[in-house]
Formats: sequence, structure tokens, C-alpha cells
Amino acid sequence: MSAKSEIMDRIRSALTDVPDVRAADDVEVVWRYGQPVQLPEGNVLEVFIERVEDYHATVVSCVADDLPDAIAAGLKATGATTAVLPAGLDRDWLSAASGVEFTTEDAGPLSADELNTLDAVVTASAVSVAETGTIVLDHSPDQGRRALTLVPDRHVCVVRSGQVVSGVPEAVARLRGAVEAGRPLTWISGPSATSDIELSRVEGVHGPRQLYVILVREGN
Amino acid sequence: MTAKPRLTPAPPPGELIDSPRFPVAARRELGNTAQRRNLRLATHTIRDKRANAVGEMENWEQLREAGGAIKNRVLRHLPEYLEQLEESLTRNGATVHWARDAAEANRIVIALVQETGSQEVVKVKSMATQEIDLNEALEESGIAAWETDLAELIVQLGHDRPSHILVPAIHRNRSEVREIFLEEMGRYGTPAPPGLDDNPTNLANAARGHLREKFLRAKVAISGANFAVADTGSLVVVESEGNGRMCLTLPETLISVVGIEKVLPSFDDLEVFMQLLPRSSTAERMNPYTSVWSGASEGDGPQNVHVVLVDNGRTNALADPHGRQALRCIRCSACMNICPVFEKVGGHAYGSVYPGPIGAILNPQIRGTDSAVDRSLPFASSLCGACTEVCPVQIPIAELLVHMRGKVVDAKKAESKGVHMPHAEPAMMKAGGWVMGDHRRLEAAQLAAKAGGGVLGRFTDHIGPLPWPLSKWTNTRDVPNPPTKTFRDWWNVNRADQVEK
Ligand code: SF4
Repeated sequence: MSAKSEIMDRIRSALTDVPDVRAADDVEVVWRYGQPVQLPEGNVLEVFIERVEDYHATVVSCVADDLPDAIAAGLKATGATTAVLPAGLDRDWLSAASGVEFTTEDAGPLSADELNTLDAVVTASAVSVAETGTIVLDHSPDQGRRALTLVPDRHVCVVRSGQVVSGVPEAVARLRGAVEAGRPLTWISGPSATSDIELSRVEGVHGPRQLYVILVREGN
Repeated sequence: MTAKPRLTPAPPPGELIDSPRFPVAARRELGNTAQRRNLRLATHTIRDKRANAVGEMENWEQLREAGGAIKNRVLRHLPEYLEQLEESLTRNGATVHWARDAAEANRIVIALVQETGSQEVVKVKSMATQEIDLNEALEESGIAAWETDLAELIVQLGHDRPSHILVPAIHRNRSEVREIFLEEMGRYGTPAPPGLDDNPTNLANAARGHLREKFLRAKVAISGANFAVADTGSLVVVESEGNGRMCLTLPETLISVVGIEKVLPSFDDLEVFMQLLPRSSTAERMNPYTSVWSGASEGDGPQNVHVVLVDNGRTNALADPHGRQALRCIRCSACMNICPVFEKVGGHAYGSVYPGPIGAILNPQIRGTDSAVDRSLPFASSLCGACTEVCPVQIPIAELLVHMRGKVVDAKKAESKGVHMPHAEPAMMKAGGWVMGDHRRLEAAQLAAKAGGGVLGRFTDHIGPLPWPLSKWTNTRDVPNPPTKTFRDWWNVNRADQVEK
């Protein structure tokens, strides 16, 4: 017998007490999915900024017209002189960045070693969560494949205000489409960190040690 | 025949299943003053943080309720969800394997690594691979397995065993970590910077330097998964350091070893579990990094993707309609962090990769009640109930401990005669727990309580008039340690039911 059929048999004989009804009829789950969460203080954007800063990441706000300047300033502030760009990143965003050498993957993917020589990455993002200060990448073309936002030590990340939701439930609902399309997700809450030594939090282990978030305030 | 030189640091000799009974091991561990101090500091820090992180959530109880119910639904209808998971993973380009037990899981993983021709793998911290002792099986096949989680690295380089599921090196302090790094890193790769001090930031940097070359050259990674989503065919890894992302992203081949109880019905369910898990485990609003991947994603990350679904005794636990609740566990570690017994004796005394209150239930369920250690584990608790209160999936831990005590007693009764019956345990059971069952254990605990600030007094205080020598202990306890409000409340409500007659 195959391992699968044997395990399935074991499971079925372990569950003889369970009535033969639909799972949802057998066990009720009392939960309304996808609801906004009640934020304790301030509006969604204020809470988002405060909570991202709690993780010792930098957050700056700007209006859309000022985004190129904000990105240039962010690269400078993190000390980057080289940066990799996802293929789908709006190149107009970078017009103001002088003195930074940009690398793209137009001629084919960079190796991990090549990425390791670059200072920074600039990306857009998919959804952000105010309550937890989380930014989610769904690795669309303006965010690039996962390695780009992992190997370089500085991540300059653009969040549009319309992408910020109150809590995890709304974010999960918005992300479902990307997952169904087969794209991976990376949820980022502050720079890489560890609490493995005496449970005291240290920022900066393997992921980018500096997270620089630019919040673009859209509309009014 | 000469022994093959080892590729990775050797763990301590012996098998966990052969560990001594809990009281014996606990007594040994209580003698380790440095460990007790490290544990006390760490568990108290995390307890307070968790209380804050959870206190922020107005709907925490509804979340726990939902988390418990979703897991119940999965467990009671596991065949259907496993079929769906296999189907969607396969559709996403992953290959699904099934393993009846640890040996079969190890054989599958070894064969997959050998197919790639690689002689080393990088590993994301994973309880399932620890449970099946994969690293040693790989080592025997000539494959070096490198742990990449900082705490796992400390444990591996320290020739040690994990003592906690979230912070496996919780029993080590910074100066011990420094010594291990200086001594061992250079033997297995990039050495620690000379002059390394014991500042945690510098220690973390040393780990970054040591592991980076391994990440950049690795062709194969092995992970577990916190959740396996049936409808979208996705696996989820929750982590902090980015070592997980390195392993899940850079290699060409990714093999994930996943217990069959890890399934969630729907991607939507992550909204419940991604609120419950981080606050319960690292006591943060959210952990730094979570990765979700659905098989192979074109042009991004590993293209050769495998998932090994492991039983290894889980179906034993499932067969007990009451006991199966323990399989809801999402390995957050809140129950061990809050446990006054764990705080004193540490994780090694439990003789398993799953220590603490949940380990005391799961190990005898999964491994059976044949070994001395597994028979003793359900007694490794004072039944104070703090664990039950913090569990994010509402596992009635204290109640299940009592339930498993019954199972152990039944197993012993059923045993053919001629098998030695450990002398103290029937009496211990009546007295309500290991700590009260044997005066030597009690004395060890008493000394520990004095040295460590009277924490064991926290629950003995509330047991009411105590027979000698417990009365002596409470009378002479010199460091008052008021119980937490929640514990007091719990006790007032439950003491009548929980004190064994
Ligand atoms: S039993 Fe509950 S509290 Fe303990 S590790 Fe599992 S989920 Fe967490």
C-alpha cells in the first residue's frame, strides 16, 4: 500500500466518531472574514506610520509629485550608492536620484553574488496594514522577484496611501488574487530582527538592515 | 572501521526517547544555576510582552475561538483537506510526498537531495525536521545540514539540543553564545570576527557574516511550514531574521517537511492565524517576515519544489477524540513561556523536541506511552492552568494533562506482569503532580525557588493548607511573588475542579 493510502486509512479509522457531514456543518466557525479592524487612535495612515516606526524603520510622507525627490533622499539617507531596480518600477520615480548607480535585470537575472554587491533596492508594494505596521509585497513587476528585496542591505519601499488598510483581515482579502495567480508574498514588518539572545530584540540579521518607507499621500 | 569525520557539529550522544523520567531529568536541570537564571530572565520578559501584545486586541477571545474552531474543523475532516492540499500544491508545480514515519520522511528527503547532487543544505528552523532528526540522517548520508536560524545556529555550533520551540537557545546567555561563536564558527565556515564581544548586536552580525556565504552558495534548502493552505496550495513560514527568506528564495530546490495537522482550509483563514500567532509567540504585533509561496513561481525562487507530508504518530493522537485537541497546536510557545515548571527546569528535561505543557501532552500521544520519559511527562505540571489561558487555539492543556495521566495509568495497568512499576507514581498522581510527589524533587524545587525568586511558590501558595514539607516551604519562602491577576482569577474559578482528590 502506498504511504498516502496508509496514512489516509489511519486518519479515517481515527475519525470514526466524526459524523459523515460537510465540514462546515460539523464545526461552526464564528468569524466574519475581511472586516476592517477598530484602530485605537488616529486614522489609518497615522497608525501605520507610528507602528512602522515602532519597528525602528524610517517613514517619510510625500505627495506624488515629490516622490522622485523622496526616493533620492531615501537612498542618500541609507548611505546607498548602488541600487537594483525591479523591471516594472516606474523609471520616472528615479529622475531626481543623482550619484546612485542603478542596476536592472533587463539583460537577465542577477546572481545572488551580484545582488550581494549592491547597496539597496527600490520597490513599490502591494498592501499595507496599519494595525501591525506591515508592508506586503506580492512581487508584481514593480516589486520584483523575492531575491531583490532580500539580499541588498537597504530597502527603500514606496507605499501609496490607498494601499494601506486597517488590519490583517482586509489585507488578506486584498491579497487573495495575487496568491491565486501563483505569486509569492513577503510580509515585512520592520527591518530583519532577532530575539534569540536572551530574548532581547536586535535589529538587522539576514534581511535588509535598513527599511526606509515612503508613504505617498494620494488624493486628499 | 574508522568513524567518518563529521561534516557538521555533533549533537550530544543518545536518543531523546531514552531520556530519564521527567522528575529525574528535572532534578538534573535544577542543578544548573546559570540556565535557571537565563530562563527566568527570558520567560519573564516574554510573558510581560505577550500580555501587552494580546491586551491591545479587543477581539482576542473571538480570535482564539475562531482559531480553535478552524483547527477543529480541519482535524475532524482531515482526509478531505489533505486531498485538496495535495491537488492544489501539485497544480502549482510542487511534488507532494507522503511519509508514514520519521524514517520514511528522512529517506524521501535524502533521496531528493541526492538527486540534486548537492552535498549540503541550508535549513529554516523547523520543528518537524527536528522531530524526525533529519540533520543526523542527512549527516549519515554525507550531506551537511546547516541551521540558519540564529538560535538554532547557537544550538548546532554548541553541540547542544534545543530547549524551546521558539527560542531554542533560551538556556544560553550572551557570554556563552560569544564563546561558542569564537570557538566553533571557523571550523565550519566564516569565522567569528576576532575580538567579538558579547553585545547581542555584534553576535547577530557575526551570525550574518558566518551564514551569508552558505546562503549564497546553497543549491538546496529544507524548511517546515507554519501553515499549509489547502485551497490555494500555499505554504507559509513565519520568521524574524530573514534566514527563512534566504532559504526559501535563493536555492534551486526547496523541500518542505510538513506535519499533516498543519493544513488550513483557506487562504482567508490566515487573517485569523496571522493575528494569533505573532502576538502569542514573539509577542509582537507582527513578526518581521512572513513568506507565502504556492509551489514554484516562474522566474522567482526555487523551481524544484517538494512537500513531504508527515504522519509520524499524529494519527495516534487523532484517534483519541478528546486528546486530538492537542493537534490544534500552532507551536507559538506561549504555554511554555508562562509555565512555572518550564521556567525552573528548562526544555531539556522533557526529553523531546516539544517541551513544556504542550510537549507533556503531545509526546506521549505521538510517541506512545512505552518509554519512561513519555510516561512521566503528563505529570510534569502543577495543573495551575496558566497555559490553558494563554493558548491561542484554546487547547484545554491542563485538562488534557489529566486526561493523559489517565492514559498512562491505563497503559501500565494493561501491561503484562513482570514489568517494573515505577514506585512513586501512583502516589504522585493522587498528590496532584510531580513536584509534590517526591521529597527530593521538592527540595530541589525549594532551593530553586529560593535562588530564582520564589516562582514555584506562585502556584503552591494557592493550593491551600499544605502537608509537610510543603507547609515548611511556604512558611519559609522569603521572596514574595504575587501571582498574576489572571492566574488568581483562574484559580478561584477552577480550583475545586482541578485539585485531585
Ligand atoms: S499548545 Fe497552545 S500555547 Fe502551547 S505552543 Fe501550542 S498553540 Fe501555543
